[in-house]
Amino acid sequence: MKDKKTTGKADEPEQPGRTGAQCVIDGLVKAGCEVLFGYPGGAVLDIFNCIYDAPFNFVLTRHEQGAVHMADGYARATGRPGCCLVTSGPGATNTVTGLATAYMDGIPLVCFTGQVALNMIGNDAFQEADVIGITRPVTKYNFLVRSADELPEIIAKAFHIATTGKPGPVVVDIPKNVQKQMTVATTPEKVTMRAYKPDVEINPEELKDFAEMINAASRPLLYAGGGLITAGASGLLAELARKANMPVCTTLMALGAFPEDDPLALRMVGMHGSVAANYAIDHCDLLISAGARFDDRVTGKISSFAARAKIVHIDIDRSSINKSVHAHLGVHGDLRKVLDAVTPLVRPAAHEEWMGQVAQWKERFPFAYQGREGELMPQYVIEQIYEVSGGKAVVTTDVGQNQMWAAQFFRYTRPRTFISSGGLGTMGFGLPACIGAQFGRRDELAVCITGDGGVQMNFQELVVAVEHRLPIVVVILNNGYLGMVRQWQELFYSKRYSGVMLSQSGRAPNEQIQDKGGYLPDFIKMAEAHGANARRITRAEEVTPALKEAFESRQTWVIECIISPEANVYPMIPPGSHVAEMINHTV
Amino acid sequence: MKHIINCLVENQPGVLARIVGLISGRGYNIETLNVGPTADPTVSKMTIVVPGDANIIAQVTHQLSKQPDVIEVVNMTNRRHLDRELILLRVAAANHHDRAEIVDLAALFMARVVGVQTESVTIQMAGNQETVADFLRLLKPYKLIDISRSGVIAVGRD
Ligand SMILES: Cc1ncc(C[n+]2csc(CCOP(=O)(O)OP(=O)(O)O)c2C)c(N)n1
Ligand SMILES: [Mg+2]
Repeated sequence: MKDKKTTGKADEPEQPGRTGAQCVIDGLVKAGCEVLFGYPGGAVLDIFNCIYDAPFNFVLTRHEQGAVHMADGYARATGRPGCCLVTSGPGATNTVTGLATAYMDGIPLVCFTGQVALNMIGNDAFQEADVIGITRPVTKYNFLVRSADELPEIIAKAFHIATTGKPGPVVVDIPKNVQKQMTVATTPEKVTMRAYKPDVEINPEELKDFAEMINAASRPLLYAGGGLITAGASGLLAELARKANMPVCTTLMALGAFPEDDPLALRMVGMHGSVAANYAIDHCDLLISAGARFDDRVTGKISSFAARAKIVHIDIDRSSINKSVHAHLGVHGDLRKVLDAVTPLVRPAAHEEWMGQVAQWKERFPFAYQGREGELMPQYVIEQIYEVSGGKAVVTTDVGQNQMWAAQFFRYTRPRTFISSGGLGTMGFGLPACIGAQFGRRDELAVCITGDGGVQMNFQELVVAVEHRLPIVVVILNNGYLGMVRQWQELFYSKRYSGVMLSQSGRAPNEQIQDKGGYLPDFIKMAEAHGANARRITRAEEVTPALKEAFESRQTWVIECIISPEANVYPMIPPGSHVAEMINHTV
Repeated sequence: MKHIINCLVENQPGVLARIVGLISGRGYNIETLNVGPTADPTVSKMTIVVPGDANIIAQVTHQLSKQPDVIEVVNMTNRRHLDRELILLRVAAANHHDRAEIVDLAALFMARVVGVQTESVTIQMAGNQETVADFLRLLKPYKLIDISRSGVIAVGRD
């Protein structure tokens, strides 16, 4: 297929070693890269020249933001670092949202950016941007490479930093002349960085106190966060929960880390979490945070959060402990090691009264919704995705109401099957993340649940799925609104809908584009123009057959569901409020 | 309360910007900042004075510690230490009466007069935070034409 005769190096003098560009490829291979997402440009031509012969898969995205979200989705789905490559200037600045998304959720990825030649830096050269300065606050670390000699070591360090401790994105900015330089430097077998110590010694005193607090508690509650998935400690948490019979609630980031069909599962906690989870937080006498970080979307009003409880906070990130909520005990360390060490010290317990109370809440207040006459309910669509897939899908979401319904009405039972931008809340994440996830998990059904707003932010990436024959299924919950913003305007701004209307039909007649009619944009035509199969459904009876067809076809599908325009996400604890102020129109 | 934080970092380009960005990006204030080499040429020492309560200082310390360039972070305020700041200042001295008073005052603080001009004197003074503050307070009645402060530096004591 490829013409291997032209290497493009013919007119260069023979020198020992390899080019900086080749070091990038070799570094990626050494790091186990199987797929590189990216977009070319003048400042990375030398690297692309080497990609021509690279043993891994290169995926040309249609926007650099898409490349980073794909690398991110890949990382979340597999636990392996995502890799991406973009050019200097606009290529690099386009990655910022993707990097910030990964940074907030602690996702390991390495992003290579081209840079103008070293002697041009600072001159406002063509397509120059201060990438190190711009990306510093949204990365775990970044490197400007000054010579090809340091490149192999920097790449090894980049992967080391990205994947250890609390993971995160790392940028490697490589000037064009460095890509051309020859070097004999080799990749070190082991990375040593005296200032970077991701391994934490666990303090045995903390462990002892922790176990004693569990043994003394009568209403303990485990509060699991995304760190549980990162640490690969789901099984250990389940073991501890079962041994001391403690209920478990999970943050959005931890959905699937504890099986939601388990009798101990209280499911999602926080603003749109389950009643049982939020009541349990309010009533427990011991709250154990395992890899969660007390985000304000979980705590609401800090002063009354878990007011009756002693709080234990286990975190690998020392700065996370006591950051927003005072912890009575901080346990600094890797969750796997902590759980592994504490469980043997914990006495089996029944907590009968507490478990009875919790069971009652679960029973009385499941996630529920009220149908609206003649309208397709989004919650029903999600329930059907769960049913038709047999609960065995890798789900990615966008941000907004669609994200919350996806969290509430599907039951996640395995880690790394719910992929969502939690910390940054990035609209436009769902579709590229789904593509990245499918690249990492070829044999699974990958479903993207998205909104009519968010899907337009990275729709162009659909082509990538089609091109690579990825059988992803994109379900657009089209409510004609920036629904989540509309919901807040309905509830907190006396229904003054401002800047949230996406559909034509809701507008005053003089504001409608009469001659176009129908749907704007027409997602079906858009999907078909991108080479995907597409179907629009408007009634409940159509949902199951459409999903069945799409799931069984093993082809790229877009299913647009015209849903109830003003359906809301409940329960809802208004921002900065206590559980007592929960709005729940479902009971 | 002000805290003096000593931070040993890799002596590499970009580290200063990273540390400053980290602290300011999280909304904390830097009152003074001093950077210099150490006995080991690959290591720099930064001394940062940050005002804030115990929680803020704990956050700053933990955030600094987790940076891949930061070798060690020590809050000097919590332990026995010596701290010094060097200040250079030019004070207006319109007549010899004023000048004599300023020179006397400087002598009390073991500050040195390093320059005398017709209408001003230049003084070099070093001291810990308290002494520097006292000295400046006593100079209030005179017109300060210019002042340069080095920022605080500190070393631990056993
Ligand atoms: C990039 C970005 N811009 C703005 C927002 C603010 N925002 C949060 S949810 C939302 C509405 C999303 O609308 P849609 O994609 O249609 O999803 P829905 O809530 O209707 O399900 C907006 C604008 C965001 N999260 N991300
Ligand atoms: Mg919408």
